[in-house]
Amino acid sequence: MNFTLKIWRQKDAKSKGGFQQYKVTDISSDTSFLEMLDILNNSLVHEGKEPVAFDHDCREGICGMCSLHINGHAHGPEQGVTTCQIYMRQFPDNSTITVEPWRSTAFPVIKDLVVNRGAYDQILQAGGYVSVRTNSVPDGNAIPIPKADADESMDAAACVGCGACAATCKNGSAMLFVAARVSSLAKLPQGRVEGIRRAKAMVAKMDELGFGNCTNTGACAAECPKKISIAHIARLNREFLSAKLKD
Amino acid sequence: MSCFLSSSSLGRKLVMSLSGCFLVLFILFHMTMNVVAIISEDGYNAICEFLGANWYALLGTAILAFGVLVHFVYAFILTIQNRRARGNVRYEITVKEKGVDWASKNMLVLGIIIVLGLLLHLVNFWAKMQLVEILGTEPASGVELIRSTFSCPVYVVIYLVWFVALWFHLTHGVWSMFQTVGWANDTWYPRLKCIANIVATIVFLGFASVVLYFFFINL
Repeated sequence: MNFTLKIWRQKDAKSKGGFQQYKVTDISSDTSFLEMLDILNNSLVHEGKEPVAFDHDCREGICGMCSLHINGHAHGPEQGVTTCQIYMRQFPDNSTITVEPWRSTAFPVIKDLVVNRGAYDQILQAGGYVSVRTNSVPDGNAIPIPKADADESMDAAACVGCGACAATCKNGSAMLFVAARVSSLAKLPQGRVEGIRRAKAMVAKMDELGFGNCTNTGACAAECPKKISIAHIARLNREFLSAKLKD
Repeated sequence: MSCFLSSSSLGRKLVMSLSGCFLVLFILFHMTMNVVAIISEDGYNAICEFLGANWYALLGTAILAFGVLVHFVYAFILTIQNRRARGNVRYEITVKEKGVDWASKNMLVLGIIIVLGLLLHLVNFWAKMQLVEILGTEPASGVELIRSTFSCPVYVVIYLVWFVALWFHLTHGVWSMFQTVGWANDTWYPRLKCIANIVATIVFLGFASVVLYFFFINL
């Protein structure tokens, strides 16, 4: 398969970026999107040109490191998968593919397609953890947890923190990410006890870092590679508002 | 509390949700009142007389104006913050995400159309009814005012466009206010969106029926 790639190139955070076109030829349909970029970079290096910088790590959809806005979609046209899980057979042969970095004030471009997603780490550091002493592993039946709660917590915990939600949201809102973290802990007994402090601290940090206000468009959930539901945002709203009412 | 309602993103959204809820309830009341004009002209004039320049009607008008102002001002504050958060560099390619309603992404534009329609409506009706009574002159007859206004096809078209904008605004706004206060989950999303569509449609049909009724009986 042959493709024309329209890729955002930017030397560094301070430089002005722009699109550059590249041709890739004889690409196997079973090549993953990131492997296709590896092939492009290989040829660029051989030509003595600067390779395209892009984020990647596990390449099996669990680390949340890959990003990329491909043909108007975060993580490409396929729903419920990360960029590393899409393959070139999903694009028409001889088509033009536009590849852009995440666009959000809180995710500044570092170089080419790489953005700084440290803002999400800062939100997590503000409260996305359990600080109670859990000691040694208790007996599995010592703390009964309803199956529905465990399932909901696990669904929220599937969030890989890739940033697609804020990158997709027209408001640059990080609510789906924050909601997933708050929800995954709020549904379990160990996390429940710190629910109030967590909701307030994470929302305050999210606001401080300049993320936008959620207007319930649902675009974040539609583009989320882990299909996190906006029902978690409703839970975050409940957690936060009830926390504020107790102040 | 006042600080959280202005300083926190969730607080600001709560203000939008509660002020929006208040405005939806008012619109339902206004629409019901308007429909009376089709059923009984005397009944409608009696309602207009009841809601003249009395202290309770004036208090209600003041609270309503405050609700509109809060909803409008917060909408602009939220939009400015959201545009700043989105950044100046936009995506080269944008597509419609699956399941995302057009109205949800255009609430401000729809809101501006609604406010412009509201201003025209105030000039057409409120200024000739409650305002003149406040100023000490005799208010116009409610039904006569409706009849004369909607004998003009231009007003009919403008008001129908206004109601269409209101319909779109409510299809997102009504379910969204439940989401913002946290009263929503995956089971209830289809139900809440259905309720929002029903409320929006009832409001549209109620208002539009009065406009069209008086336009056609004038022909």
